Formats: sequence, structure tokens, C-alpha cells
Amino acid sequence: MDKVRELTEELVRNDFPAFKAGDHIRVHVKVVEGDKERIQPFEGDVINIRGTGLSKTFTVRKISSGVGVERIFPFNSPKVAKVEVLREGKVRRAKLFYLRNLSGKAARIKNKNVK
Amino acid sequence: MPGLLAKKLGMTNIFTEDGQIVPVTILEAGPCKVYAVKTKEKDGYESLQLGFGERKEKNVNKPQKSYFEKIGLKAPKLLKEFRNFDISLYKVGDEINTSLFTVGEKVKVSGRNKGKGFQGVVRRHGFGGVGSSTHGQSDRERAPGSIGASSYPSRVFPGQRMAGRMGFENTTIRNLKIVKIIPEKNIIMVKGAVPGSINSIVAINK
Repeated sequence: MDKVRELTEELVRNDFPAFKAGDHIRVHVKVVEGDKERIQPFEGDVINIRGTGLSKTFTVRKISSGVGVERIFPFNSPKVAKVEVLREGKVRRAKLFYLRNLSGKAARIKNKNVK
Repeated sequence: MPGLLAKKLGMTNIFTEDGQIVPVTILEAGPCKVYAVKTKEKDGYESLQLGFGERKEKNVNKPQKSYFEKIGLKAPKLLKEFRNFDISLYKVGDEINTSLFTVGEKVKVSGRNKGKGFQGVVRRHGFGGVGSSTHGQSDRERAPGSIGASSYPSRVFPGQRMAGRMGFENTTIRNLKIVKIIPEKNIIMVKGAVPGSINSIVAINK
């Protein structure tokens, strides 16, 4: 695998702020409508970061009008224009899939920077 | 088919400009050296014998050693003949590299696929199995079923598909699109998967 990494290293994007599972982020996604391109934000909690190199992805979960919505973004996708970290979360694991089974108050993530 | 020998390095994803993910196999293609030019007059057919990679000297047996010494080239990892080259353009010792291919072209890639060991008929031939898991049955879910009639013909016909060794066969995948070429590193990326494990040698044909 080392040669694959060597070849793709320069292609890997590294213009993202550091974020972890549990952080509340806003992803700016480029959307093409007809011939126009605009930016659509998607705001939610990071529940998963997986993969390495060009195939690395992260999953963002939000509750939209009572329904849980998850989107998986590749780190290297040219469709992802920007990522903003809004809040760092205090969590004890790297994969937060347990949030899917929780709702309402139980599904909140504590803010890391508030005592 | 003009072609090249290549080493499979692994797979990854790359992105098109509009954000589509393309799964690619990275191949280290060539440079291959011409070891022999076979001509119609001498050999009855036209082809180029290409060699790829390098073999340790202790792994070269004596007849091969003298063959390569006569040519004046080092022993390659693999020798393979490729037809349909314009043989008048090449002579022994020439190097052939990725410039043979263009981006967007469709190629065939052939090599030995991974060995799967002794496999049953469900995995090896795609049988559906026989029974259900319930209704008192305990061992029929992956069974092959009947293998033929009884007293006539009193034998099993040749070619009857049964369990056995699977994989490690020569396999060709056709219509793989070349997504990217990095000539200075001898890299070709093709869309999709290619037979064999990482570090195995495959042939790319036009």
C-alpha cells in the first residue's frame, strides 16, 4: 500500500480545520442547479471519520424536522467547498452510531469547552 | 494486441472535476524491454517478446541464463509475447513505456486471479443450494443436489460442476478505461478492479 500512498499523497486535500467525532460542524456543499452553482450549508454533528488518503470520509448527522439525516462526505471531494467547526463536543468514542438510537435530550453532545 | 506488462500496486479513489468518485487500480506499467522480435519469415508469426521487472541472479536457471546472456539483457521477472505491434519499429533492447496508451482508452487487463482454495458449489459455480433451513432439514442449504440420473447412464457426465479448487486461473477483464497516466513514474490508473493480488504482474492489452 505504501506506493499507493506515495502517489496519492500530493492529491490529498489538507485545507480543513481539525475536527473530531462529536464536533458540531457546518459543511459548505457546492450544488449545481441548472447551469448555476451555489453553496448549500449542511450543519450537524460528526459521528464518524473513516478511511485514509483519498478515500477518507466523514459522516455528519442532523435532525431535520424530526427526522434524522446523515450525509457522508469524502474529504477530497471537490464538492465540499469549506468546513467550519462551530462547537467541539465531549465524547468518549470515535464512532457515535449510538446517537441513532437516541432522541431528544438524550441525543445531545456536551460542549467540550464549557465547564 | 500491443500491450505492456505491469505490476499491480493497489486500489484507491480519485475524483473527477464534478465530484464523481472513480474507483481506480494503480498499475506500474513498464518500462518493458524488448527481448526478442519474432518475424514471419523466421518464426511463422509476428510478435514482440517483452520482459518486465528484474529477477535475482540466483533464481535464473542455466538455460535461461545463457538465453539472456546472448541477448545481453538482465533476466526479467516475466517474459511475455505481444502480437500486433508494428515489429519493424522495434529492435531487441528497446524500451516500451506508458506512451503506448492514451487517457480515455479502453484496455484489457489479464493476469492470474487470487486463489480461493477448495470451495463448494455455491461459491464456485453460483448454485443456489438445495433446501431450506427449516422443516426438519439440517444440512442441505449449500448442497449441490443431484449430479445425474441413476441406472442409465450409471455414471457422472464429464464436466459436471462440483466443489473443488477455485481461483488462481488466468483471467481477463475487458473494457477497463484508462483514467490517468503519469509517464514519469510509469503509472497507469484504470477504472475498476484487476485480477490478482497486490504486487502480482498483469498484462495490459489494447
